[in-house]
Amino acid sequence: MNISALIIDITLWGSVLILGFMAWQRGRVVLVSSVREGSMDFINIVPRIALGVIGSGYIAAVIPAEVITGWLGPDSGWFGVLTAVIAGAATPGGPVVGFSIGAVALKVGGGPPQVIAYVVAWALFAFQRMILWEIPFMPARFVWFRAAVSLPFPFMAAALAMVIGKP
Amino acid sequence: MIVIGALVAVCAGLVWRRDGIDGVLKILTHDLWLFGEIIPRVLAGCLLGGFIAEILPHEKVSRSLGPSSGLKGLLIGTAFGAILPGGPFTAYPVAAALLTVGADFGAAIAMVVSWTLIGYGRAVAWELPILGTEFTLWRIVISLPIPVLAGALGRFVFVRMYPKGEPS
Repeated sequence: MNISALIIDITLWGSVLILGFMAWQRGRVVLVSSVREGSMDFINIVPRIALGVIGSGYIAAVIPAEVITGWLGPDSGWFGVLTAVIAGAATPGGPVVGFSIGAVALKVGGGPPQVIAYVVAWALFAFQRMILWEIPFMPARFVWFRAAVSLPFPFMAAALAMVIGKP
Repeated sequence: MIVIGALVAVCAGLVWRRDGIDGVLKILTHDLWLFGEIIPRVLAGCLLGGFIAEILPHEKVSRSLGPSSGLKGLLIGTAFGAILPGGPFTAYPVAAALLTVGADFGAAIAMVVSWTLIGYGRAVAWELPILGTEFTLWRIVISLPIPVLAGALGRFVFVRMYPKGEPS
């Protein structure tokens, strides 16, 4: 287990203990009912997480990373931004993959506004994170709503990057 | 869920045609391993959500994060998303818990978007080493207004789509 995973686990379970203690201070009933609530959520979510984890591996295997770097190529302008946004949403895998593709695109001459659009779109819409995490945990209506109102922002970020320029 | 299941089945079929049964099994064992690693964290996230739903006073949450909390509610949501520890296994259960105790879509959108765009965890652990300090800071500065704007847009659309409140 690497250090950052260990730190995450410590802060995570630390917060659980602190909040659990706060619930216990309010009385046993509060503690018991919140633990029961959390456990029920957990039981309901496990099958969906299972489908998400196992499924997204197959989806990712079908989309090779080279395809996405190709989309992000050195072409600039708003068409480049649009392809960057689609590429961001279609990028499979965790944070390493998304940021590495951004880094490769910068190296092969992709414009910084396009790479910004890519990273922002990936943060907002990466399909694997939405399938694996957001849809199982959040009400479905919230997820679609959130994605829809987020649509303009990768473009806005690219526009800002064009205006401000790279420092 | 059915759509995702079908998509997964199609993709697994494609992998099988390309790499044979070994390819399918390799991904399956890798993902089962990952699943085992994730599951305790998911439990922690669900417990956090459960505690938050019980401990936070509903009245106070709906005042500071509810539909009429104004810019302040969006800013609180943004700040909360930016400082939240952990990964997706905490961000989404906590956001769902806030929704149930009285936060509106706008504040929850601000929180989720802020977590993905300016949350320090991901930026420090992955973006800094891979994309470099200069690019990361530049990207974060440009992203700063987005959570509040997305939350505001969410609120604006929400009250027009559901003038009588969320249908159940």
